[in-house]
Amino acid sequence: MNESLSHIFVDALLINNFVLCVFLGMCSFIGLSGKFSTAWRMGVSVMFVIIVSSILSYGTNLVLVRFHAEYLRIITYIVIIAATVQLTEMFIKKTSPALFRAMGVYLPLITTNCAVLAVPLFQTSRNYSFVQSVVFAIAASGGYTIAIVTLSLVRERVELSDVPSLAKGTALTLVLAAILSMAFMGFAGMGNGG
Amino acid sequence: MNQDQPTCHSASPEPSPSETFVAFTAGLWKQNPVFVMVLGMCPTLAITNSVRNAIAMGLATTFVMASANAFISMVRKLVPKQVRIATYISMIATSVTIVDYLVKAISIPVYKALGPFIPLIVSNCLTLERAESYAGKNPIGKSILDGLGMGLGFTFALTCLGTVREVLGAGTFLGFPLFGSNFEPWVLFLLPPGGFITLAMWLLTFTLWRERSDKRKRAREAALEKPVEIAS
Repeated sequence: MNESLSHIFVDALLINNFVLCVFLGMCSFIGLSGKFSTAWRMGVSVMFVIIVSSILSYGTNLVLVRFHAEYLRIITYIVIIAATVQLTEMFIKKTSPALFRAMGVYLPLITTNCAVLAVPLFQTSRNYSFVQSVVFAIAASGGYTIAIVTLSLVRERVELSDVPSLAKGTALTLVLAAILSMAFMGFAGMGNGG
Repeated sequence: MNQDQPTCHSASPEPSPSETFVAFTAGLWKQNPVFVMVLGMCPTLAITNSVRNAIAMGLATTFVMASANAFISMVRKLVPKQVRIATYISMIATSVTIVDYLVKAISIPVYKALGPFIPLIVSNCLTLERAESYAGKNPIGKSILDGLGMGLGFTFALTCLGTVREVLGAGTFLGFPLFGSNFEPWVLFLLPPGGFITLAMWLLTFTLWRERSDKRKRAREAALEKPVEIAS
């Protein structure tokens, strides 16, 4: 694949936004978007984990292909992600205990965030080179952060308004996400120009 | 995922046939993974733009859940508490790899349509949730039944969504055209926003239905209590 780097970046960030257009990382998108402060923390930590695990899985994939053990791909990737999450947890704990306390609960949840597993899977199936993979990881995780932060800002506003008691909670969040998703469909036209 | 999810209350030591039955049926309706527990959202939204894909995805998940639950239940007494999540995940990943190759062997078009979402069953929070809250604590037979029940409940939910989206978005059901040639497909329902809207509407329907049946139950209980009060 000879996609240009800018095309990969814009495509993963906006046109095929991981959350709103490809439906990845839905659980945390719906569960942790209630407050802006938790949403951006989650976004940043997911970004970190995605970028690190993308680089590590790129290297691992080379080893797996070398030994013709592609069937081990899913297992290795998930182990890499779990290890990265664990490392991130330890790293944050050492460097900034305050931040660790603030986002302690959310860190382990990143392991079961499908957006994190999808990045290594996509970069493998699309045969990206190393630089392309890194750009893809940055853009995809940036797209995740944009989506969860935007939804959290909208939800903080909606909290004050009077909605039917029946629709409170997940159903309302889904409708808001649908509206955001429609807005992101507007980016679809950008693919041809770039 | 870390919230208080309703867990099965059938974990008492002596299993009776009715309890085994409950382990199976809980996932189908009372604790439906999508409509009640709101877990496993990614495939629910992404794969339901046609009924066929929805059913295929549901069955793949069912198989993964049943086999992963079986593995996990088998080793539940050997695994130390600290490393259980890592063990569960690698067992789920093994089942998913099997399913990935199975689907590829059975039907290439389905494999292409489901795309990356088969490997992504690994990070479906539903599988890990059942492993953690059920299979890690219960014997093999019940765990397999729980996996099957949850998986079929998941399939049911996916089919519900897929039906609405395919009928409105393409005017077909399982590929058969339902309406005349004058039907203008409502394409929005095949696109991502349609997935969100359809799921929101199904959730609303289920909440409404549950609230009404709760109200009716309360009314019945109140009616039953009244005569007793009069008699006393």
